Formats: sequence, structure tokens, C-alpha cells
Amino acid sequence: MKSNNLKAWLYLLPAILFLGVFMVYPLIDVLIYSVEEGYNSASQTSYGTGLYNYSYVLHDPYFLQAIKNTFIIVIITVPLSTGLALLISLGLNSIKKLKELFQTIFFLPYVTNTLAVGLVFMIMFKKTPYTDGLINMILALFGKGPVDFIDGPYWAKMFVMCFYTVWVVLPFKILILTSALASVDEVYYKAAKIDGTPRLRIFTRITLPMISPMIFYLVITGFIGAFKAYSDEVAIFGTNLNAAGMNTIVGYVYDMLYGDSGGYPSYASAAALILFAIVFTITCINLLISRKQPV
Amino acid sequence: MKIRLEHLTKRFPNRNKKIASEVIAVNDFDFEIPDGKLIGLLGPSGCGKSTALNLICGLEVPTEGKIFFDDDDVTKLPPENRGVGMVFQSYALYPHLTVRKNIMFPLENLKGDKKLTREQMEEKVMEAAKTVQIEELLDRRPNEMSGGQQQRVAIARALVKMPRVLLLDEPLSNLDARLRIQTREEIKRIQNTTGITTIFVTHDQEEAMSISDMIVVMKEGVVNQIGKPQEVYDNPVNLFVAKFLGTPPINVYNGSVKGGELYIGEDKILGKDFVKDVKDQDVYVGIRPEGFVLDENLEGKKGALKAELKAIEVMGRDTSVVFKHASSENPSRAIVTADNNISSSSGEIRFDVNPKKVFVFAKDSEERLI
Repeated sequence: MKSNNLKAWLYLLPAILFLGVFMVYPLIDVLIYSVEEGYNSASQTSYGTGLYNYSYVLHDPYFLQAIKNTFIIVIITVPLSTGLALLISLGLNSIKKLKELFQTIFFLPYVTNTLAVGLVFMIMFKKTPYTDGLINMILALFGKGPVDFIDGPYWAKMFVMCFYTVWVVLPFKILILTSALASVDEVYYKAAKIDGTPRLRIFTRITLPMISPMIFYLVITGFIGAFKAYSDEVAIFGTNLNAAGMNTIVGYVYDMLYGDSGGYPSYASAAALILFAIVFTITCINLLISRKQPV
Repeated sequence: MKIRLEHLTKRFPNRNKKIASEVIAVNDFDFEIPDGKLIGLLGPSGCGKSTALNLICGLEVPTEGKIFFDDDDVTKLPPENRGVGMVFQSYALYPHLTVRKNIMFPLENLKGDKKLTREQMEEKVMEAAKTVQIEELLDRRPNEMSGGQQQRVAIARALVKMPRVLLLDEPLSNLDARLRIQTREEIKRIQNTTGITTIFVTHDQEEAMSISDMIVVMKEGVVNQIGKPQEVYDNPVNLFVAKFLGTPPINVYNGSVKGGELYIGEDKILGKDFVKDVKDQDVYVGIRPEGFVLDENLEGKKGALKAELKAIEVMGRDTSVVFKHASSENPSRAIVTADNNISSSSGEIRFDVNPKKVFVFAKDSEERLI
């Protein structure tokens, strides 16, 4: 038994080493940075330890704005994208002709570069002295005035942001859900048909419970992904997100490290750990809810 | 309730586009299934049995023909309006629901004046569970039960609506050998107690023979023979039916009718009184394993059919004699009583045959001649 145990540890050693060096050590390091007050990266010295960094970050209006933005993006895009993906998957699953073609079309955004797509979105929504942009032209048809989506009011910018985020995360969710739907055995639907089950009931009582593990997977990874949003914002609003009022938590961390206001690894670490705490809590809640489901 | 099929035909377009022809899964079914009986739909894999079942339950729409339940034409009715209960080969129990909820599922779909209260539903579920004897399993989930128990739950779910017809698709194929025998008796019992006309599909002739009141033998979408199991066994209409029924299977030889007598190779098996008015021709001769007669005292030294003894298999109640005759490609098997104590297991062996167990089929059409 004893030598067996030793062997087992030996087998695990490479993985443990890698995880230790590249995951655990940096995490601990971040924790240390976050409590070192007045840390100077040039001299690698600090005045002392304490929670001042957290206090600073939590009182920083930019950070509060970032938290607000992040939460709005999460709360709007995760349910919306998952629901939309489910609808589209159901549609894809029930058509026979051109199914592959549509699947490919819906999957295309996934293989496209987000920055390039962001640029396209910006052009579609942007209002310049020369043109109002495609979206405003469509709005004009309905007699609604031009709105500057990129440099205009907060809600307009947030709308573009959420629209874009949903659009970007949709393909992966559709991919997962169509395969989940396809993996539900046809015989259950036959059995339900013989019993004269209405379509809606088939969906709520059979389809949904059967694909619920996949839906939970998408919701959990969706939450995590949305909380970590950053590059999508840069794609549309440029690198100076604080000025645009569209910064996210990860964006704030980045700015604190390398941005114009950068050079504060301690503040960045504190902000990163706050984000970690938020994501961890939300994921735990998600898992608790999913465990209650009779799967 | 009796079921009448009138020229029922189902054709599927061929998946292979290079072949223009259609696949005829069910070809001109035209027979009546009597009320309250257990019917076995029997045939080799891919002969259209399951399609026939799907047509009767309404999951498939026939290309031609009509289906009547008593005098109601149900051909165009959707499954839920036909009053059928179906048990699928894989049972199709909803894995996320308990047994109770699985059985209740069909009841919850009832609408209008058929709608039941919770209490009535509970009562009906209990009743169905009692019929198949699974009362103590009601709060389990399907994956916490054995195959046999799942099978019973599936039957209970099919029965709970009190269907007019119960359909079972290969009900025993997912069970192990011992459970299979137990469950088939169980199906017979349930059918007897409920009195619901029951049709089940199987490729296992023993299964079909043992519990059916009537069997329908199919081949490539065509009904070959319908009748009581024993009648079909004793009087097969063609070589296919003769071969398909019976374990061990019937022994088939190349034979001939010459001068009004039946020959296998050079051996004259049966005389004029058996052959009667079949004109001289080459034929297939089928002899059931139990149709061989050994002369006890002579230890197989006398008899019309001469063959080379290959092996003796003692099975206790009776003895299986394996031998090879030049007129048959495969070794033959005879079942004789254990009283025949054959000493050697090689050399020549001779049999007489019981004329009731001998069938003669035409070479070309494989139809029965005698």
C-alpha cells in the first residue's frame, strides 16, 4: 500500500509541479501584492501590509463604474444569449433541409476574430460628421432620431455592448445545444407522441430536463466568461475605456497594470481578487441550484 | 377489440439514391387479429415487423391500405386518439422522472372530460403498478432498477390509460436468458388479466411460440403464414416458415420424388402412400429433429436413412444425435429419447422417419408440396 501511494504521487508530480509553478504560486503572489501597501515595482519595496489597496479600489469611481458595467453585461447577456441559443438550436434541430448550411452560418462568428467583428460593429453603429451609420439609417426609417451609439449616452453604449456580447457568445452555445438536442433519444419523443403529449409539454417535461446539464454548463461558463469580459469592450470603444465609461473589472485590472494610469500592481491585484471572489460566489450559487434539479 | 388490416402497405424511399426502387417494409397486409388475444409478429431482423407495429400504433402513416379497430377506421387518426399503449424495445422510460411520474405521464396529457384529478391519477397509477407488481418501486428512478423491472414499468405506463390495444416492440430482447422466460410468462399473465388485445414483435421464434395465441410469420415485408403456434409448426406453408420455427432447426436435404416415392440421395425414405400425387421432381425434404426414429434394440443399425454419425450429445431428458448426410450441406441433428443407448459416436447410423414430421418443398418456389 505504502509503495503504491508513493508511486501515485510520483505519477501526479509533473501535473502538480506545473500547476504549482504556474497557477498556485502566481495566485499566492497576487494575494501578497494585494495586501502590500505602497508597493513600488521598481524598488520592490512596500511600507507595510494591510487592506488599504482593497479600500482604495472599492472607493475608486472607475472601479465602481467597472463593476456596474460588468454586472449589467452579465445579467443581460447570459440569460439572453442562452435563451436565444436554445431557440435557434430548437429551430435548427427541427429543420431537415439546409440544416448543415445553417449550422455553419450560425457557427461562423465563433471562428471570426472578435476585434475585426468589433470594428464592423463600430462602423455599423458609429455616428460621424459624414454619416449616421447603418443602424441609424434603419432607425430613421421608423422616424427615430439618430443616436450616437459609440460616443453617445450610456444606455446606447451599453446596448451596443450587450448586443455585441450576445452575438459573439451565441455560436458556441448554439453548437453545444444543438448537439445536446440531437443526443436526446428519438424514442422518448415517440413515447410522448403515443400518449398525445402537447408540444410545449414535450419541451418542458422531456427536452428541457434532458438537456439541462448542458444548459447549466453554458450558464456557468457564460457567467464566468461575461465577468471576465474585456477584449470585446476594447474592440468597440477603444483602449481608453474609463473615458468612455465602459470599463469592466478585467479592464480596470489591466489599466492599473499597464494603462495610462498604470503601474499599480497592488491595486490591480486587489481588484483581481475581488473579481475572483465575485465569480467564485456566483459559480457556487449556480452549482447549488443545478444540484437541486432532479437530473 | 379486434384489429383488421386491409391491404396495408408501407413503402420507404430508398436512402441510396443510386437505386431508384423503394423499400417495401410492409407489403399488402390483409388479415384480422381477434379480440383479446396475444399475437406474436415473428420474422428475421429487417423484415418489417417493427414498421407493421408502428403503422398499427400510428407512428407511421401507411402508403396504402386501411387499419380498423373493431369497425372504426383509424388509418388517419394520430396515435393518441387510437387508444394504443406501446412498450418500446429500449423501454423509453423518462430517466429524469420517478417510476410514479413515468406511469402518470400519459394520464396528465388527458384533456377535456377525460381529465383526471390528482387522486384519480394516483389511483390509476397504483392500479397499473399492481398489475405488473411494482408497487414498491414507485419512487425509484429508471436507472436504479434492473432491466426486468424497467420492462414492467414500461408496460405499466402503456397500460395506465387502459388502451384498446397493447403493442410491444421486441419486449424481451434487452433481458438476460433467465429473465426472458420469466418476463414472457409475465406478459402472458398481464395479457390474461387485462384481456387487452396485445401484439408483440419478436425475432425469437421460441418466444413467439411459447406465449402467443396466434403467430404471424413475416419475411421481407410479406406475411407468410398466420395461425396458432402449433399449427404453424406442424404445417408450415413453405421452406422459410419451416426453417424459421423450431429449435433445433429443421433439417433440410436435397431430395427427389421418383416414381411416387420420396428419396434423399439413394435412400428411399417414404413410399407411395405418403407421396400420393406429386409428380417426379427434385425437391427439398425437411425433417424435424424429433422426426427421426431409432430402432432401440438395433442401436441404429436398421432404417431407411443411412448417415454418418458425428456425435452424441446427452441432454438428460433426451439425446441429440449429430450426423452428416451427403444430401445436406450442414450436419443434421436428431432428437431421440434418452432410452436409446447408442454406444459408439462414429460409424454408420440409420434412421426411420415419422411421416408427420417430414415436409416436402418444391425446389423453385420453396412452397410446400406435401
